[in-house]
Amino acid sequence: MFGFTGKVLRINLKEKSIKTEPLNMDLAKKYVGGRGLAEKYLMDEIDPKIDALSSENKLIFVTGPLSGTPTPTGGRYMVVTKSPLTDTVACSNSGGRWGAELKMAGYDMIIIEEKSDKPVYININNDEVTIRDASHLWGMVTSEVTEALIKEIGDEKVKVANIGPGGENLSRMAAIMNDIDRAAGRSGVGAVMGSKNLKAITVRGTGKPAVANPEKLKEVVANCNKKIRENGVTGQGLPTYGTAVLVNIINENGVFPVNNFQSSHFAKAEDLSGETLAEKYLIKRVGCYGCPIACGRHCKVDDLESGGPEYETIWGFGADCGVSDMGAVIKANYWCNELGLDTISASATIAAAMELYQKGYIKEEDTDGVPLEFGNADAVIQWTKRMGKREGLGDKLADGSYRLCEMYGVPELSMSVKKQEIPAYDPRGIQGQGLAYATSNRGGCHVRAYLISPEILALPEKLDRFSLEGKPQWVKVFQDLTAVIDSSGLCLFTSFAMGAQDYADMYNAVCGTDHTAQSILEAGERIWNIEKLFNLESGLSITDDTLPKRLLEEPIVDGPSKDNVARLGELLPNYFVARGWDENGVPTEERLEKLGIIVPPVKHKMKY
Amino acid sequence: MNIRVRLFATLREGRGKELMLEALNEGVTPKDIINRLGILEEEVAILLINGRDGEMSTVLKVNDVVSIFPPVGGG
Ligand code: SF4
Repeated sequence: MFGFTGKVLRINLKEKSIKTEPLNMDLAKKYVGGRGLAEKYLMDEIDPKIDALSSENKLIFVTGPLSGTPTPTGGRYMVVTKSPLTDTVACSNSGGRWGAELKMAGYDMIIIEEKSDKPVYININNDEVTIRDASHLWGMVTSEVTEALIKEIGDEKVKVANIGPGGENLSRMAAIMNDIDRAAGRSGVGAVMGSKNLKAITVRGTGKPAVANPEKLKEVVANCNKKIRENGVTGQGLPTYGTAVLVNIINENGVFPVNNFQSSHFAKAEDLSGETLAEKYLIKRVGCYGCPIACGRHCKVDDLESGGPEYETIWGFGADCGVSDMGAVIKANYWCNELGLDTISASATIAAAMELYQKGYIKEEDTDGVPLEFGNADAVIQWTKRMGKREGLGDKLADGSYRLCEMYGVPELSMSVKKQEIPAYDPRGIQGQGLAYATSNRGGCHVRAYLISPEILALPEKLDRFSLEGKPQWVKVFQDLTAVIDSSGLCLFTSFAMGAQDYADMYNAVCGTDHTAQSILEAGERIWNIEKLFNLESGLSITDDTLPKRLLEEPIVDGPSKDNVARLGELLPNYFVARGWDENGVPTEERLEKLGIIVPPVKHKMKY
Repeated sequence: MNIRVRLFATLREGRGKELMLEALNEGVTPKDIINRLGILEEEVAILLINGRDGEMSTVLKVNDVVSIFPPVGGG
């Protein structure tokens, strides 16, 4: 058994039972590990139609076979569950150290079942696993929980993943935070944890995952590290400026959404740029476990210091809310980390609320003294807090922009796909990214296929961002490769420097397999297809593979991408063809068979 | 003719953020501009002219804005 520890920890919070069971190695190989493997487990164990916040949902913490090995960025873990935000399968990926620690404690996966009747936390110390009372932690913000648990357990080296008030309050945009400021952020996985009354999971592990071919691994890792060092993005851009360096380039291209996507070019972008962040607010650079890139930032304003802010966060609390005050962005980011909220959904929801206010749906008297005006820097801080605590109208914002706008009868003002807020790139000027957003299996998201890379950043080659040519195939390959990278336990940022063959080489050296670039991509495709099947069974359909009406019908009003709309209608049919799906975007039996996906016998009355 | 040049990330070091190059000859290209600024072609990852993809050999027009980036990425 190489790469994998071969052990699954299954914890039933109602019965307070803790069991270890052998990992299904056939599935592990077939679904790579991590994201793909846990999704297969989830799909086999729950009915995708259940209410995501009911006790029937399961919450899976999973590492990849490369997590905890000497591979570059091998410190990641994923949270897999049914999403309460999107009703799709959720897989949120996080860095830091917690994931590697779980692997070293000897587990590939933790499956959490049912719900506890009172707040608890789970403590894992290698083979010793206990469920403990967490009443004294309930209500605490995430840094307090982390501090309290390290003290309580009496081991400085213990790693803590936990939810803040956002997760406790079942906010559908709640994140799970680990190592204080790293987030499994998207799709409301923190709300599922909250629904189970599970406040935290602490881990201490001292083992070491076995590697199939240590000599080969050394050689492959040296080669990959060299590529990472020599690549301009991973070797220089990200270490120097972090992800915030994107602000200027995205804005210069005129695809930096402003005021809830009402405009796409922000005159004050320089104030929000990575260059400004580095010059005025940065106090240190940090990296996740085993990461040679170290894109993480620590920034400080007044007396608040926090990890981040990332590019997406700066865009969200900044330009998307019409705010150019970086200090306010850093504070709002701080509160997202403390309350345990996804910064993209939180900021984009405030932006939507600002448009509701601008258009007269939300009245001044509803705003308790903090008007939701575009450009109001204080509002992004105050409303983040209100959302996390469900105070006043913040209670409505806490469930995301779609549900908020729907309440006012204008769901089209929510800039979301499958009810999850789309991030910081206007797809009207980046056609492939628009297709990637619309077809993402977890709703609006840039890290299911980061077409920004070829369409804007010229990596691995420059594509014309306005052209449709070849984009369906590019999106498919990026989706499949990303599924592999996530599932193996590495950070997506390695892909600026590495390609499918590099991932296959590392996977083989660790797991003793004989993957080629092609076979590993096919495994990614298999993962993508089961995610799709989950979503179809959950009740989603082709009508959900779309973009907000504004992006399809209202041309960009200003800047270098002026006059363009997202031409999704022309791309989608070709994407389905590229995927081997039928014209309704449903995987065909032939394709599933080719991928070796065994269609469950009408278990949930779904026809494929 | 005048061309506005915008520089980003590490290319700003010793050069500033934004430069107005005046009295340039007709037919000037981005390649001429980077030569003048002491930027090597391999340091340039992304070149935009008025926010659209540009080429090193594109002939610039009056009041064009040229944006030059080293390799950058994120997400
Ligand atoms: S590149 Fe950044 S996010 Fe990825 S593992 Fe390294 S520090 Fe973490």
